[in-house]
Amino acid sequence: MAEPVLRLEHVRKSFGGLVVIDDLSLDVAAGELHAIIGPNGAGKTTLINQISGLIKPDAGRIVFAGRDVTALPAHARAAAGLARSFQVTSILPGFSALENVALAVQARSGSSLRIFGRAADEAELNEPALAALGEVGLAPRAHVTAAHLSHGEKRALELAIALAMAPKLLLLDEPMAGTGREETGRLVGLLRQLKGRFPMVLVEHDMTAVFALADRISVLIYGRVLASGTPQQVRADPKVAAAYLGDEME
Amino acid sequence: MGEAAPIGSRAAPASARAGIAVPGLIFGILAGLPLAALVAPENYLLDLGTRIMIFAIAAVALDLVVGYGALVSFGHAAFIGLGAYAVGILAAHGIGEMLVSLPTALAAAILFALATGAVSLRTRGVYFIMITLAFSQMVFFTASSLAPYGGDDGLTIAARNTLLGIPLFKYPRVLYYVALAALAGTFFLCRAIVASRFGRVLRGAKENATRMATLGFKVYRFQLMAYAISGGLCGLAGFLLANANDFVSPAYMSWQRSGELIIMVLLGGIGTLYGAIIGAASYLLIEEFLSRTTEYWQVMFGPFLVLVVLFGRGGLVGLFARLTGNRHG
Repeated sequence: MAEPVLRLEHVRKSFGGLVVIDDLSLDVAAGELHAIIGPNGAGKTTLINQISGLIKPDAGRIVFAGRDVTALPAHARAAAGLARSFQVTSILPGFSALENVALAVQARSGSSLRIFGRAADEAELNEPALAALGEVGLAPRAHVTAAHLSHGEKRALELAIALAMAPKLLLLDEPMAGTGREETGRLVGLLRQLKGRFPMVLVEHDMTAVFALADRISVLIYGRVLASGTPQQVRADPKVAAAYLGDEME
Repeated sequence: MGEAAPIGSRAAPASARAGIAVPGLIFGILAGLPLAALVAPENYLLDLGTRIMIFAIAAVALDLVVGYGALVSFGHAAFIGLGAYAVGILAAHGIGEMLVSLPTALAAAILFALATGAVSLRTRGVYFIMITLAFSQMVFFTASSLAPYGGDDGLTIAARNTLLGIPLFKYPRVLYYVALAALAGTFFLCRAIVASRFGRVLRGAKENATRMATLGFKVYRFQLMAYAISGGLCGLAGFLLANANDFVSPAYMSWQRSGELIIMVLLGGIGTLYGAIIGAASYLLIEEFLSRTTEYWQVMFGPFLVLVVLFGRGGLVGLFARLTGNRHG
């Protein structure tokens, strides 16, 4: 296998006496959509937070794009090409949808110390931002204040922000959380389109979505990887069936 | 949100017009004020107007960090004091050239902002308020104990600053228009900053700092730079204040002064920049007239401020916008 985009080596994290991530190792290969599933409390969000740099691991190494990023803060990892979405929608509520995305374009372009020139009028920022909004179907809502978007639209906006960062790896923390059946369907279609453009790590509870999208699935239980493999392998794994999937797979 | 909200939002056209009309009106009135000398003693008017504009500079600078960065500094008077003391101390050594004293005043304020901001900005919320207060109190007590420069009593400046030896500030009208130019410069600089790429990052960090970090922005760096710009502009206000009063005193950097600056920003309307000018003018005018009517003016002023904060959300600017039906952010 080619050099993985992301490699976690023996990562460990505990909060007080509670071990949340326990000696976890994981590879994400170039171009793949790697889903992480597991029951509530398995440590999925903690894992995503450690990969994006919001939480420092107690032990272990995180290697991203061939570089040890274990000690880097979140902003430096983002600048290196690691984009993420949040389980609880994290956008700038007072900014328009377009401004939210334009800010991501600006982050990538570097020159953010400019104190002159109206950022809102810059085609250099607005055009890529509009293109990203168009990909997630939000172009007609570009000038709406983000706080006024529907829940599904906010989730789509998070995706557009991630797209605009032109990431080397995209971390998606439950992108379908709280969306209706129809919106979930739209988001699955959207993610299928994006698949292959850059590798993605998808944490999700919706098993239909996971099995429809993932190239590989890792099952997380009590902070450990219980099993890892293609959807077929994971589905057939008796350990997984016993520990977690059980009735959902019937 | 004022300046921030209109960008790309549906309210854009109306607010954008207000964004030009209101500052235009303010600067028009200020530019024409000396003409009112026909009905009132000129020097009194000029003194009051100059004073208002000097505090307006500081209030606009404070609004840049409070209104757009959510960095509630309770120590901005220290920057005014540093700018003023730079003028006073240089004057005490016979240096009255503004080509020396103005850069010194600005540098002192900016360096102090960088040094204290580097520490303060590692804290958030109420801790930030307390630590900025602590730093300004440090400067206050240092100035009070500067015996060679008047200590508690302050320091009288024998002659106002000169430009290449020309005693420009001797003429109240010149000082008035220099203050007006400084205020206009401050206002338009801050307005450009808010709308710029830099300002967008600053406003973004106010809305959601975690999001900004995961976009790749080192928020701290942007906040520190904004804090230094704000401090430097207060240093400019201090430079003008020392010249207007012919006197510097530790009282310039008391915590009450810092509080007054926050009240000016809140009174006018936070996060609009021109609201800070209106706030400074209202505050100082009310103080001026109430204190002439009654000795107990503060008893009336206090409840008035409470009412404005309770019912006039968005300050006087917000109140005006509601009265005229022009929804603002």
